[in-house]
Amino acid sequence: MEQSVSRGAQGAAPGPKRVLGPDDIRRATTRMAHEIIERNRGLDGVILLGIQTGGVWLAERLGSEIERIERPVPVGAIDASLYRDDIGIRPVLPAARDHIPADLDGAVVVLVDDVLYTGRTVRAALDAVAEYGRPRAVQLAVLVDRGHRELPIRPDFVGKNLPTSRHEDVRVSSDEVVIWTTP
Amino acid sequence: MKHLRSIAEIGPDAVRRLLDLTDTMVEVNQRANPRVPALRGKTVCNLFFEDSTRTRLSFETAAKRLSADVMTFNVSTSSVNKGESLRDTIETIAAMGVDAFVIRHRSSGVPWQVSRWTTASIVNGGDGWHAHPTQALLDAYTVRTALGRTGGLEGVRVTVVGDIRHSRVARSDVEVFTMLGADVTLVAPATLLPPVPPAPATDDLDSVIEKTDVLYLLRMQRERMTEALVPSLREYSARFGLTAARAARLPDHALVMHPGPMNRGVEILVDPAELPGAVITQQVANGVAVRMAVLFDLLGSGREMEEAA
Repeated sequence: MEQSVSRGAQGAAPGPKRVLGPDDIRRATTRMAHEIIERNRGLDGVILLGIQTGGVWLAERLGSEIERIERPVPVGAIDASLYRDDIGIRPVLPAARDHIPADLDGAVVVLVDDVLYTGRTVRAALDAVAEYGRPRAVQLAVLVDRGHRELPIRPDFVGKNLPTSRHEDVRVSSDEVVIWTTP
Repeated sequence: MKHLRSIAEIGPDAVRRLLDLTDTMVEVNQRANPRVPALRGKTVCNLFFEDSTRTRLSFETAAKRLSADVMTFNVSTSSVNKGESLRDTIETIAAMGVDAFVIRHRSSGVPWQVSRWTTASIVNGGDGWHAHPTQALLDAYTVRTALGRTGGLEGVRVTVVGDIRHSRVARSDVEVFTMLGADVTLVAPATLLPPVPPAPATDDLDSVIEKTDVLYLLRMQRERMTEALVPSLREYSARFGLTAARAARLPDHALVMHPGPMNRGVEILVDPAELPGAVITQQVANGVAVRMAVLFDLLGSGREMEEAA
């Protein structure tokens, strides 16, 4: 399973700390799926788009939960790397293709990512979404909100609020969330 | 990667990285609005000291699709005709603020020379008989996608036919295909082979045509006729041209490639539109995506900083 890292600056003593296990993640995604259904009564026009690469498995997981509870919704993926504002400032490697499963004009797009940190990835993803159409609304679902926003962006659906320091990395896979204090 | 001057210089890891990145760029090119803001604020200068239509337009399109600013330097209307030296030309343009130069020049080695005079990235758009790395990358990408490969080209039999000696395309293509694990065979009259051929060579196309997965035809440069390196174009066509009879002997899955511009009736005597394996238009289309990948890797990936750290 893909593991992604939200990296803070250099810090104190190293060592991993597991904050969510497989059961916690399952409960969190089930609750988020319910919230997405509740918020978008009837799910009309709802499309889940996972942000490449860390948000893709979570979008798929939320998609199957929503299908189990209510009915299937289109699930796709979007790569925000070519829209980042830090190109040339830090390493960027576009690794994956977009997969837009339905027309975004008039749709309700739920952007999905594993970790919300500065908000810059989400800003880039909003630009990427705009290339494909004009959604009626865009919502944001994240498994972990670790704080330290640099832009006026807030999530609509959160699995876990996790106060962190910038000296810590948050590593997420589909069965655990671990905090590393970087050496 | 700071420069792309030759395939050998960047090595196999960078080649594979660029081919993977090209996949992303192909997807961008398929969109209704094929443009991303990745290289906003960067300036790319095309410096073509030698005639070129497709390569120059391809680089221009690639830079624009990444939202870079493009300057195109037209030698026929420039101060080069007033006797300005190459170094003065480069330093003058670099002073205007250029992040990358794309250079084509009739002399081998010019891209290396130029990179000593500027801090900008250098992309070799063809230097003399020496190298044409973006052509090699787009050819490798075209073969990889047409044969449905995702990694290298292990075991693919590539036959390169024509004027190997004077061809920078041949030199760079042999480098990239060999690097990716393909088995390359050269087919040419002895007068059109370099003294040390970069791969096994023969002058008998008919003996290898049935054992070919990729048939790569080079452009026969008519000016070579005056140098008496081939007896006549008719004889060249008879021995080294892709005739209908030879096309029929190619394996069904074989690809036919050409870097363009084609000399119909010389190296290719059948209509490529009627060859099921012809991927010549795909080569041109992939050229834009490959050059986007190269420019992004040089100017946008941040790889330089990572390597410096």
